[in-house]
Formats: sequence, structure tokens, C-alpha cells
Amino acid sequence: MNAAVTPRAYDVARVRADFPILSTTVRGKRLAFLDTAASAQRPLAVIEAVDRYERGSHANVHRGVYELSQKATDAFEGARERVRRFLNAASIKEIVFTRGTTESINLVAQSWGRRLGPGDEILITWMEHHANIVPWQMLCERTGAVLKVAPIDQRGELDIDAFRALLSPRTKLAAFTQVSNALGTVLPIRAMIDAARAVGALTLLDGAQAVAHERVDVRTLGCDFYVFSSHKLYGPTGLGVLWAREAILREMPPWQGGGDMILTVSFAKTTYNELPYRFEAGTPHISGAVGLAAAIDYLEALGIERVHEHEQGLLARASYALRSIPGLRIIGEAKEKIGVVSFMLEGVHPHDLGTILDDEGVAVRAGHHCAMPVMEFFNVPATARASFGCYTDDADLQQLVRALSRALEVFG
Amino acid sequence: MEVKDLYRDVILDHNKHPRNFGQLDPCDTSADGNNPLCGDRLTLTLRLEGDRVTDIRFDGKGCAISTASASLMTEAVKGKDEAAITRLRDLVHQTLTAHGETTLPPAELGKLAALAGVRDYPARVKCASLCWHTLGAALEHHAQRHADHGPVTVSTE
Repeated sequence: MNAAVTPRAYDVARVRADFPILSTTVRGKRLAFLDTAASAQRPLAVIEAVDRYERGSHANVHRGVYELSQKATDAFEGARERVRRFLNAASIKEIVFTRGTTESINLVAQSWGRRLGPGDEILITWMEHHANIVPWQMLCERTGAVLKVAPIDQRGELDIDAFRALLSPRTKLAAFTQVSNALGTVLPIRAMIDAARAVGALTLLDGAQAVAHERVDVRTLGCDFYVFSSHKLYGPTGLGVLWAREAILREMPPWQGGGDMILTVSFAKTTYNELPYRFEAGTPHISGAVGLAAAIDYLEALGIERVHEHEQGLLARASYALRSIPGLRIIGEAKEKIGVVSFMLEGVHPHDLGTILDDEGVAVRAGHHCAMPVMEFFNVPATARASFGCYTDDADLQQLVRALSRALEVFG
Repeated sequence: MEVKDLYRDVILDHNKHPRNFGQLDPCDTSADGNNPLCGDRLTLTLRLEGDRVTDIRFDGKGCAISTASASLMTEAVKGKDEAAITRLRDLVHQTLTAHGETTLPPAELGKLAALAGVRDYPARVKCASLCWHTLGAALEHHAQRHADHGPVTVSTE
């Protein structure tokens, strides 16, 4: 067969049918779930994979000699291999399972970060989630290192010249998000990684908001750490991934002690397990890893590029529709964005807006999005944020627009 | 339950035109309240004769529920002594947290009954109760005045 395959049009109705929760109702209304950036919903494929594992394969991993324990270990390590392929990492030794993006970053801060001292610098951006600010502040307090912050502009884009200017041989790490969770901005990560490498700094990329929307290849990207959470990728909560180059991981001391991360323990001396197990103390979230592997299979079968294209269409239509609402101001108008629209409606506090939208069946996030510096920059206490995923459709957008008109009516 | 039951005309009116807005200077006691989850901030300043509130103002920024609740509260407590305020505060608290109940709010609440709709939106209870927590802190602060105290801050978290 060498005939060109014509790709079918993206069938969002079929995708929606894969997500049982989308057929539930909220206060008697159709659910328009527009909070995927906070946590994506789970397709049946993930729910069933976890269910199959729980019913037929569960035991502790890396321990028993009995068959069931082997089945669980195979499922867990199979998931690790699936993540390796997803990121195009060189080896499974580079894939560390954590509780989530936040824990992945804390692991790097607490383990790798021990080498920092007074005078060393860490560079982040103004757009970071608190998870990529606070661990570094804590590290700086412990070590005397200095945290630098690259500014953004009124459109919500990074000032790349300022970022470059803040880099110096003192910079030991540049840690930044690939996509802003509050604004949807896609950062110029290639230029940022190149600039950081040029001064000898390592780079950590927060991929929490990016992995479900863009294909990631850690070997082409050239970063040193890549972190993300399963639940933003249509997988279970409570599980995340830290990818790091093997050579770097090898130099990092363990951070949490316990079972599974050791080879031998005696009161005189403990020897640590090999990579990646050295960083996975205790019984891991086995079913979560199984679910994540199923989520990756699901997303790749849909086609990340096609999902991205679908979401870009939604973003364009939503931005257009929202701009036509009187008194509505979109916060964050970067040229390159993912499917996230943050906004304010004049005269209506975002929390009141969130309640009124909820009453119309529309789920949006109202708050500071764990990015208080971004809110401060735009001089707003909070915003309402609508975010899209593979299952978002035009009916969701129409419901949002109708609900916003309702809010204007109520607050007249 | 309709969203209009939450955003009744009284609430919308007090949000748009808050009563007793601003700060009393000088004042006999004051307290700051904040809800870190949503960024609501509130400052109460009071004048007292004994334990009777003779004047009260509120200042700050917040959603419609928190602004209206503070505005209604200032009207309700003016002229009352601490015992009466505590009774009222307990009634308000019971009303706000009576999730799922359909009974009429108690008559003693007066205009404060307009906040009863909050009981069907548990996520918003903190917005409505912030001012009452702050008032409690201000009065307690006043009662303990003989000890050495600075201004107090309460948080709903």
C-alpha cells in the first residue's frame, strides 16, 4: 500500500463519546467543561486500564517472586518505557516517577540544588506557576543563591532580551515554563535553552501545560530537566514525571530515603539503588503509571498535532467571540498561545463570574491560577480562565458566551 | 435554586453602593481580614462606647458577596452591644452553612437574610463570612486592649 492516506477530519463528537464525565449534567444543565488546564478529564481507555490493573494485576512492585508481583512490575515498568518513548528519552534510567510536576521540581531543587552556594543564580520568568517559584526561593534561602526573574510585557510575552541579559556565568540553572498556565503564552523555549547553555547553565522545562498540546522530544529540545503531570495529560492525578539526562541524575544525591531506593541497608552503611529507582523511595503510584501509559496511547492515537490544530481553532473562535462581549478584557494576548483564554468582565469580580457560569453548567477556573506575580503584573486580583482540550467543542464555547451574557444581565 | 437567589437585588445594590465604606480616623479598634484563596481584603474600623458599637466602616476589595456582606453587616451591628452582635453572628453563620435547607432564614436576621442564598453555594461561604470573622477579631482585640497589642489580621484559611 502506498496510496496517500487522507486524514479524516477531526471528529470531536467521537472524541467526546470517549469521556464519560462529559455526559453528566451540572445543576440540570449540560456540562461545558472549560477547565482542562487545571485538570484534564479521563477517557474510558484510561479508566478501563486502571480498572483492569486493579482487578487483575495489583501487587507491590520490585519485591515479590510470585506471578502477580511480576505482573504489577511489568505493568509499572511498561508504563515507564511508554513515557520514555513519549519523550524520546535515551533510556528508562532517565524517567523518574514522582507525585506530579510540583514534586519533580522539588526533587531537583532539593537534590541537584545542594551543589549551589552563595553567589550562584537561578533564573526564572515572571510567568511561572508557584510550583516553579517557591522551591527555588526555598533553595536560595538554604544556600545563599540568588533568584532572578525575567520580565514579561503587556501582551503576556517574555522579554527575551531581558532574559538573555540576566544570564551570566553565575547562572547555574534557568527554570521556566514551556506554556504559561495563567495566560496560555507559549514561550520561546529553543532560544531560551540555547541562551542558557551558552553561559553554561542547566535548564529545567516545566511542561505541565505543554505536553498535552505539543509533541515533546527531550533530545531535540536540548534541556536538562523536563517535568510534567499525568493529570494534565488525560491520566490519573497523583503521578508525575521527572526526566533528566542520565549523566546529571547520576551526580545527584538521593532526596527521600526508604524502601525501593536502596540496594543494601545496614546501620553502618546504606548503598543506593541504581537509576531511576534511587529517586523513588516507597511504593509508587502503580495504577497511576498504568493510567498515564493508557493516556499517552490515547492521545497519540488521536494525534497530538491534530488535537493541537483543533484547539487552535477553538482558541481563535473563542477569542473572537469573547472580544465582542462589552466590557470583556482578555488578559494575555501573546502571538503564540495554547487553548487558554484568561479574562475579566468589567464590574463583575471573577469569583462572582465563576459562580454565575457554574449555574449555567460552565466550569471555568476563577482565581489567581497559582501565578500571583502574573496577576500582580496585570494589576488584577484574579481572572476567569477558560481552557480547552481534545474534547472541547463549539457548543461549549456557545454555552460560555451565553453564560457571560447572563452574568451581564445579573450585574446589569 | 437559581443564581438570582444568590445575587438578589439587595446584594447587587450593596455591592454597587456599599454603605459605611471607608475608614474611621480615629477609631477605637480595627482589624484586617483576608481570604488568600481569592484575594479578598477587608479593613474594619470601629468606634465603641463600652462594648456597644457606635460607628463602623469597612474598606477593601472583594467579590460582590463579600462586599455586600460587609456593607450589610455594618448597618446591622451599628448601635448593638457585643452580646447582641455575637448572637447575630451565630445566626448568620448558621444560615450561611445550612447547605441543602429550604426553610426560611430566621426573622431576627432582618436584611441580612438576603445572604441566605449563599447556603446553596458552599464555595462562597468564606466570601460572606470574612467580614464577620474580622469583626470578631476587632472586638476581641478591643476587649484585650489592656494587654499590649498591635492591629490584628485574620484569615479565612
